[in-house]
Amino acid sequence: MKIVIIGNGMVGYKFCEKIRKKYTSNQFQLTIYGEEHRPAYDRVHLSEYFSGKDVDDLLMAPAQWYATQDIQLITGELVIAIDPILKTIKTHKGTIDTYDKLILATGSSPFMPALNGIDKDGVFAYRTIEDLQQIERYGKHVNNAAVIGGGLLGLEAAKALMDMDLETHVIEFADRLMPRQLDAKGGEVLRLKLESLGLHIHTSKSTKEILGKDKVTGLSFADESLLACDMLVVSAGIRPRDELARASGIAVGNRGGIIVNDQLQTNYSDIYAIGEVALHKEMIYGLIAPGYEMAEVVIADIAGISKRSFTGFDMSTKLKLIGVDVASFGDSLDATEECAAIVYENTAKGIYKRINITRDGRYLKGGILVGDAEAYNMLLQITQNHMDLPENPAELILGTRDAKPATSRQGVEALPNTAQICSCEGVTKGEICQAIVDHGLTDIAMIKKATNACSGCGGCTPMVADLLKQTLKAQGKEVKQSLCEHFSYTRQELFDLIRVHQIQTYNELLGRFGNGDGCEICKPAIASLLASIWNEVILKQSTIQDTNDRFLANIQKGGSYSVVPRIPAGEITPNQLMVIAEVAKKFKLYTKITGGQRIDLFGAQLHELPLIWEELIAAGFESGHAYGKSLRTIKSCVGSTWCRFGVQDSVGFAIEIENRYKGLRAPHKLKGAVSGCIRECAEAQSKDFGIIATEKGWNLYVCGNGGAHPQHAQLLVADIDKKHCITYLDRFLMYYIKTAEPLTRTATWLNKLDGGLDYLYDVIINDVLGIGEQLEADMERLIANYHCEWKHAIEDPDFRKRFKHFANCDEGDPYVKFESLRGQKKPVEWGAII
Amino acid sequence: MERTNYEHDLLVGEQEMDWLKVGNKTDFPDNGGLCFKHENLQIAVFNFTNRNEWYACQNLCPHKMQMILSRGMIGSRNGEPKVACPFHKKAFSLKTGECLNGDDCSIVTFPVKELGGDVYVGLRQRAIAIS
Repeated sequence: MKIVIIGNGMVGYKFCEKIRKKYTSNQFQLTIYGEEHRPAYDRVHLSEYFSGKDVDDLLMAPAQWYATQDIQLITGELVIAIDPILKTIKTHKGTIDTYDKLILATGSSPFMPALNGIDKDGVFAYRTIEDLQQIERYGKHVNNAAVIGGGLLGLEAAKALMDMDLETHVIEFADRLMPRQLDAKGGEVLRLKLESLGLHIHTSKSTKEILGKDKVTGLSFADESLLACDMLVVSAGIRPRDELARASGIAVGNRGGIIVNDQLQTNYSDIYAIGEVALHKEMIYGLIAPGYEMAEVVIADIAGISKRSFTGFDMSTKLKLIGVDVASFGDSLDATEECAAIVYENTAKGIYKRINITRDGRYLKGGILVGDAEAYNMLLQITQNHMDLPENPAELILGTRDAKPATSRQGVEALPNTAQICSCEGVTKGEICQAIVDHGLTDIAMIKKATNACSGCGGCTPMVADLLKQTLKAQGKEVKQSLCEHFSYTRQELFDLIRVHQIQTYNELLGRFGNGDGCEICKPAIASLLASIWNEVILKQSTIQDTNDRFLANIQKGGSYSVVPRIPAGEITPNQLMVIAEVAKKFKLYTKITGGQRIDLFGAQLHELPLIWEELIAAGFESGHAYGKSLRTIKSCVGSTWCRFGVQDSVGFAIEIENRYKGLRAPHKLKGAVSGCIRECAEAQSKDFGIIATEKGWNLYVCGNGGAHPQHAQLLVADIDKKHCITYLDRFLMYYIKTAEPLTRTATWLNKLDGGLDYLYDVIINDVLGIGEQLEADMERLIANYHCEWKHAIEDPDFRKRFKHFANCDEGDPYVKFESLRGQKKPVEWGAII
Repeated sequence: MERTNYEHDLLVGEQEMDWLKVGNKTDFPDNGGLCFKHENLQIAVFNFTNRNEWYACQNLCPHKMQMILSRGMIGSRNGEPKVACPFHKKAFSLKTGECLNGDDCSIVTFPVKELGGDVYVGLRQRAIAIS
């Protein structure tokens, strides 16, 4: 049987993918037509194009995929006519094709209102990659932009414009943002939150005219007000692309859309319509999940295996808009007699939550979440599965004092097997748990492969992880915090095993306490343990180190490396600066000042690294360990030697500390800082350890963090002298190194430490465990074993010869390529080499 | 690369395979890999010292199109030998070339033989076209 699909968008693609999972080309021959030149791409994540994803990342599958699946893909060709009687189609090139079954997945186009001036330059739709490329090009030459439409897509478009550093205005006809999903209060909270992020929002505005001579210069509104803008993006809703159907005698609705029955058949039973073009019971579904469900129904119908029906679809949705979580589910706006609303509002934090429950308090009907949508998955499940509510339903949305909301953990167990966990692919709890048991699955990747869950938007991943944990537990399988499949010990247990048994190498540990061949999780973790315990030359076991540690440099895009010499506390002489400049010039390196007050040299090829270091070491530089999970820098302010406010010599102390702990390997990288007075110019409170000068001595802060989850360091002890400060630091660092899980920064470690800061104080200062002296001695041994790894590497011919790309010739990698940017070089983009 | 006597031995019964000597096993790090250039092809060859086994694959990681896999960390999953790309930790089976993280991309693998200390990679016409 030959199936022709018109429209190579997400739904058309998904139809092909789903049918090929079950049937070969001998059973169903597939041809798919797309009018765009590229194969189907992910429109849901279109705005990620602006945050750095390239076009290939957005493709649903590359063109080769269609070939390997034996699907004929015809892009850049528009189908202009269908003859439902002869069962043929015709393209704009005059090609005629025949079909047994025809699938219309022509999608929708953006609705462009009939405003005066809509055809001016600088007015864009937001729908295709071409639209985005045009917006990107035009946006480079303007300062501000407006978006007509404050719905989902309009706000997505606004985010894209903000990412381009444009002053961005959103115009909404209704009295609030996202009127289809949010109530007045929810819209208001979202508005305040987005305004605080720099977006300008104008609601209750009816656009009258687009101003400007040839190109847009502004907008005028029905209330006589004006807004100047250099660019306009219109996102005023969608219109189904039903013109082909209409012209071919296929029945369409009064307001557009191809009319379909519960099997998605049109008035011709061999012609189906799916996705945004289908009009089912007067509804157009502008979301991706219902489109995928429609594809399933059609496949079942064509294959004749089951009588599956499309019975409408829940339009619940959760997304992140410009960094703000927004969700609506079930009857989100319901305010009928049968429903009562419970509302939680925290304007200061930009949080609004509303749930609609039946008057008898037994069932959840729907709701809205703005600013905090963590409870979404669970609330959706309770709604869809008609589950009984707890005695006090308000608990579902009130932030409980425990870290986790009461619902989320006990949650997955309470769900019935029919609960749909992955709505993109329509996978139920029962199917996931069955697959875990039947196939002995043990991680998310395996579940993804076996069931397709988590392969769409990924929003269900946390619930799938919970299901996995719970199912394994129910089977009596141990859910232990073991390192990986090769070692059934925690990091702390391995730390003790290595010490007690005096184990020096990874292989020895694997042979005695592990199994298999190791992996990219246990090898670097154990390499770090060995380094933290013995501080041996890491190059001796180079193949268990992460790439950066293996080549003592940081790998960058394109496969070149960057080099960071140590500049303790950021103090550097003009002569040293000249050495760095000479080296950078000689090897044509890109140079940049790092956040840690030193200089990073980028773009070195593997074989150049020893040559570069030879020169740096000859001039007195040492490795900066920027490649390791180890001490990076001690940042400092200029302190009392120069600063009129300084009360202590912060630079001197920072140099002393950096030299003391340089090369120290830990579960994760370590950063420190010393400030010369309370003004805190060195930002010591954002570091793993920070020292701030006082009139009487020094205050020691610990466990701060910048990064993805910033956290201020906490004061451990105040007004101590240098000697005590170093003793406590020795103990603190060593205790962290011994007890933290791999890749855990000090802040996260403290957050998980039973007893928190008080307990840490007892261990470090009061020495309640009686290990203070031991910790100090351990640290002394590590410090005594310090060596510059690069000095070692260039002096040992065996180590040195590893620094080349090809083992059988001296050439560098011909695929390492650079282009120029602002007078220096940069690597070519991902994928540009092949 | 020159044909050696060993290669003639190897070729018996392996008509469709072109066996190329890439180096000696003493060149290799224990439980690690090296990259070899053959015409325009880059081949990553791995020495699984603990298993006394050899594997080879394309040096190109298909995820972000980077010539890098020889610098990847090797190991196993449920006994299946694998290599993990240093860039984003995509892991590939060295037996089937399949991506073990559930992604769609896969790599080409090559047979490897060690004879008298020398290491040979078997190339088929199909494989050479990948470069």
